[in-house]
Amino acid sequence: MELTSMYQEIILDHYRHPIGRITLEDFDSEVHHVNPTCGDEITLRIKMDDGVVSAIGHQGQGCSISQASASVMTELLEGQPLQRALEIEAEFLTLMQSKGEGKPNEDLLEDAVAFSGVSKYPARVKCALLAWMAFKDAALQAVAQTVEEQ
Amino acid sequence: MSSKLASNGTFLDVAAIKADFPILARTIRDNKKLIYLDSGATSQKPVSVLDAERTFYERHNAAVHRGAHQLGEEATDAYEQARDTIASFIGASAQDIVFTKNATEAINLVAYSISNATYGETPAEQSLSLQPGDRIVVTQMEHHANLIPWQELARRTGAELAWLGVTDEGRLDLTDIGNTINERTRIVAFTHQSNVLGTINPVESIVKAARAVGALVVLDACQSLPHMAVDVSRIDVDFVAFSGHKMLGPTGIGVLWGRRALLQAMPPFLTGGSMIETVHMDRATYAAPPQRFEAGTPVAAQAVGLAAACDYLSKIGMDSVQAHEHSLTQYALEGLSSIQGLRIIGPDTAVERGGAISFLIEGIHAHDVGQVLDDRGVEVRVGHHCAWPLMRAFGIAATTRASFYLYNDTSDVDALVESIQQAQKFFGVK
Repeated sequence: MELTSMYQEIILDHYRHPIGRITLEDFDSEVHHVNPTCGDEITLRIKMDDGVVSAIGHQGQGCSISQASASVMTELLEGQPLQRALEIEAEFLTLMQSKGEGKPNEDLLEDAVAFSGVSKYPARVKCALLAWMAFKDAALQAVAQTVEEQ
Repeated sequence: MSSKLASNGTFLDVAAIKADFPILARTIRDNKKLIYLDSGATSQKPVSVLDAERTFYERHNAAVHRGAHQLGEEATDAYEQARDTIASFIGASAQDIVFTKNATEAINLVAYSISNATYGETPAEQSLSLQPGDRIVVTQMEHHANLIPWQELARRTGAELAWLGVTDEGRLDLTDIGNTINERTRIVAFTHQSNVLGTINPVESIVKAARAVGALVVLDACQSLPHMAVDVSRIDVDFVAFSGHKMLGPTGIGVLWGRRALLQAMPPFLTGGSMIETVHMDRATYAAPPQRFEAGTPVAAQAVGLAAACDYLSKIGMDSVQAHEHSLTQYALEGLSSIQGLRIIGPDTAVERGGAISFLIEGIHAHDVGQVLDDRGVEVRVGHHCAWPLMRAFGIAATTRASFYLYNDTSDVDALVESIQQAQKFFGVK
């Protein structure tokens, strides 16, 4: 059944028990992203320490795919050096643009490989990418801010 | 065509109708039967509409209203005959029907013409102009297409935008209508039927309030006109906008009907070829309506297709279409209400209500509901339905919407209900 290739158990677990669904009080940047085709939204804050993504917190509303994706992303990227975090983000973006044909790099993506089924559904790719695009935006803003402060 | 008239109580003979729509015979997602419940977004097309467009291109294609060759004459005849057919479908005269790209453009045509009139010099134009402090009234249940053009017109002219709210039941709240539509109100624009809630709005009461203060009335009939008889000679409004593709016609064509004296007074919105009377290097004068508002090469094949759609609907009869959809809506409201954890957003009875039904399923986001339904061949719309402020008024982000047309029957509704129950099972909320 096609449906279970999209809604893998890992995704449903993260949807029911999301990681990082908190409001960070101590943060370097905050972004608010929306998916204008469906109205889903995310507010994401990140904290950086010496070039490492030390904390990610996200709030918002959305479907199981967008919520689970934010959770998986938080688990994967927290504690990573920014460079590595952006590599993982780029790999995830490539996977999501693969139209179901991608060979995911499991070492890099870990649980996020579960989203490869989603890439077959163009209408849902944006859902899976919402948190990741927000993270990238927040990270670049945090970096720009550090450069300014220096 | 009598075989397609109401034969089974108030229901149409859907099997015979379905046979006219080739797409309804295809399968979806690994050989599932297609259950198309998204006609509120766009309708499917009967073979007679497809044939009309094909015949136009195969036999008569040429640029309309230009040149003197035989094909040009035939194309022009086909285009203007289509205008006659579409006009009679809504009880109008052909000269009061303007073809646009879609309904959105039809509404923008009115809004931009009024703001262009604000710079106009003739008394006719000045009578249409808006001043700072004037008021434009819309409703909280408008599709973005009948909201943003008015937001922008207000911004350009300094007029203020006000709106009628929506009750919890999904009806317009008219308790304060006299204060909302006040003496400074120049334009009242509202939807005949909500694309989200299905609510049919009380045109007469709103028109009465608008007339009391001398305001113009713009009716968005995109969701009503495909599903019920709308006769512009019987409703006292000034403009009616609708789209072709929601009423079995092709995409790429919308219609604006306007009161003749207003169309004659209005300056053009889009300018260029086809809409002129004389042209000099530094100035031009413009053709009479409707040509004044049809700049560029006309949408001939689309007009011919839309006329064929009107013919198809006329043969069945709009009263029969409405009765069929009313019965189906009643059936669907009963079926959906029996599902535990399902909440209908909009009126929960079929009174003054059309066949667009929005709902929430407790514990499952609309996208996920839509995905499970799609997996079973049931095609519905999910999201904010281009009515984001309405979603906010209900404190929600998205709904799932099923919308019906004359080719749907009770078995389609049964499939919807079963699929929703499957979604609840799949996500473990039941």
